[in-house]
Amino acid sequence: MTTPLANYLILAALLFGIGLAGALARRNAVLVLIGLELMLNAANLNFIAFWRFSPHPEMLTGLMFVLFSIAIAAAEVAVGLALVIAIYRHRRTAQLDRFDSLKG
Amino acid sequence: MAGWFPTSVQPLVSALLAIACIMPLFGLCFALTTIVERKVLGRMQNRFGPNRVGPYGLLQPLADGVKMLTKEDIVPFSADKTLHFLAPLVLTVPVWLAFAVLPIGRNMSAIQLDAGILFFFAVGSASELAVFMAGWSSQNKYSLVGAMRAIAQMISYEVPLVLSVVPVLMLAGSLELNDIVAAQGTYTIGGLACWNVFTPWGFAGLMLFLIAATAESNRSPFDLPEGESEIIAGFLTEYSGFKYALFFLGEYLGLFAVTGLAVTLFLGGWHAPFQWLEWVPSWLWFAGKFGALIFLFIWVRATLPRLRLDQLLNYAWRFLVPLCLINLLVAAVWYWSGTWKSPVAVPVRWLVCAALIALPYHGLARILRGALPPPRKYSYAE
Amino acid sequence: MLNEIVFLLCAAVTLVGAVAAMMMRNLVHCALCAAGAFAGLAAIYLQLDAEFVGFAQVLIYVGAIAILIVFAVLLTRGGDVQPSAATTSPSWWMGLPVGALVVACLIGSIMASPRLLRLPSQNVHAPVKQIGERLMNQFVMPLETVGLLLTAALLGAVVIGLREPRKPESNAP
Repeated sequence: MTTPLANYLILAALLFGIGLAGALARRNAVLVLIGLELMLNAANLNFIAFWRFSPHPEMLTGLMFVLFSIAIAAAEVAVGLALVIAIYRHRRTAQLDRFDSLKG
Repeated sequence: MAGWFPTSVQPLVSALLAIACIMPLFGLCFALTTIVERKVLGRMQNRFGPNRVGPYGLLQPLADGVKMLTKEDIVPFSADKTLHFLAPLVLTVPVWLAFAVLPIGRNMSAIQLDAGILFFFAVGSASELAVFMAGWSSQNKYSLVGAMRAIAQMISYEVPLVLSVVPVLMLAGSLELNDIVAAQGTYTIGGLACWNVFTPWGFAGLMLFLIAATAESNRSPFDLPEGESEIIAGFLTEYSGFKYALFFLGEYLGLFAVTGLAVTLFLGGWHAPFQWLEWVPSWLWFAGKFGALIFLFIWVRATLPRLRLDQLLNYAWRFLVPLCLINLLVAAVWYWSGTWKSPVAVPVRWLVCAALIALPYHGLARILRGALPPPRKYSYAE
Repeated sequence: MLNEIVFLLCAAVTLVGAVAAMMMRNLVHCALCAAGAFAGLAAIYLQLDAEFVGFAQVLIYVGAIAILIVFAVLLTRGGDVQPSAATTSPSWWMGLPVGALVVACLIGSIMASPRLLRLPSQNVHAPVKQIGERLMNQFVMPLETVGLLLTAALLGAVVIGLREPRKPESNAP
């Protein structure tokens, strides 16, 4: 193992930035959800990297957090996509800028 | 053998050696299974199988191989070229990975992973995207419908597949396949081995696992995605030549992988059934049990009719999943009752666990059967 | 040396997959590139000696979430998008600089901290037995809560996605 911790953190930061930029810039609701998943994955990578480089890796705290995070992300994607499908049935579109009926 | 090479290269060399052993072995198995399946299916349907090429048709795989390799590779005009090309690769590559953790004999598993079973299921689920890629990239509505049905079937049957394995993990105390085989290595009275299948939860678990495995490899009676009389060929419609051969290979390799896992988890891996038979090499026992299970799969294919999609999905979610959960409970009861000390413990334990499995099975089947059609009236020609 | 090459390869796969997922026009291609990015991340987890999490990542993200996303794309007619329609939202000119700013801040703070350039301790093991023990002893509350959460999410997703039965048209007297 010769790669320092900073490399993994930079990768996580780049991934987070890509996810964030994509979620803010794309129109389709499903793509926003994909960007959200990329951000969650970046955070998970951060946790695992810090766990591996920590002074007490036998505590396994980072690992546990990531396991729960993966489970929660799965639940969130399921509900989010169900919402997108339900809205599509009413509005016949999945473009986010068309959902403006509550606009003041 | 890897000790001949210098130490720095040893992991790489041992990995390459393992690959060089596994790939031809299971490739040969694939060729053999194609011809054996066709012959056995033929005999069960009261006809000969292929018997022209070679003695008793045994060189038929060669003829099939030549045919597949020389067929013209047709890609539809409006198909998505990259995805159409990548789909067979994405299907086949993860399945080869799954063979690395199977213990084929004593000290004969390619890698020992701490979370071996999880690795197995992870690579199994990675090949599901390939089915979608194949169906969608063909830009053919039959392909797409076939792909959607295939994915729905595969993700539905993944749940009973994994759940039926959990009692084995509970009672073996480890996710590593070598430990699970070692936990089945003891012999009881009369010299009979203590395989997992000889316990109530193990027997039910094996049945559930085999049913889910048949569905996961898209084999009859669950071969709706690629039924030849149903939907042309489902997601495989637009594939010809070598790519079709790769799909075929991937499917059979998936079957071998889950059969190997069933032998490892429930049938005692490479252990002999009786203690006085231990002198036979361990990989022969593995091969024997493996062959018996493959014969069982072929037998089921020859016998049962195809299930409809809604019947298939109902079967998975309403019948198999509750039974798997009840099986978990029974395994826990078995483990807890293993600490009883009274002399009547053994028959009572067996009776209680068997009843706990059999009664819900019967009850669920009754509830889900619905109304039976009225008894048939046969009218004969006068 | 080999370590660095493997890391760079996996990182390249992940980043290329992520960028492609966010930039492609065809939604199905986006979803599949995202699955590729998840797989690249799983390889990095395996390199970091987190075996269990790596396999769980492949099983859950590539094997379930990617398929869910693909299903949603197909059910919302994302598969046949017109080539002339705009793919970016009207306010994309704000989204990209915000992303770039966040990345710049994070990387700036990472590089500014010398402690983060340390090398890892050797021989880190995360045996599955220990993960199980921690799940059942220290982390049993989060485990049960996640179980409840998953059940609620499953029921909620089914209810939200349920197709409402069409009520028959009633003729008012």
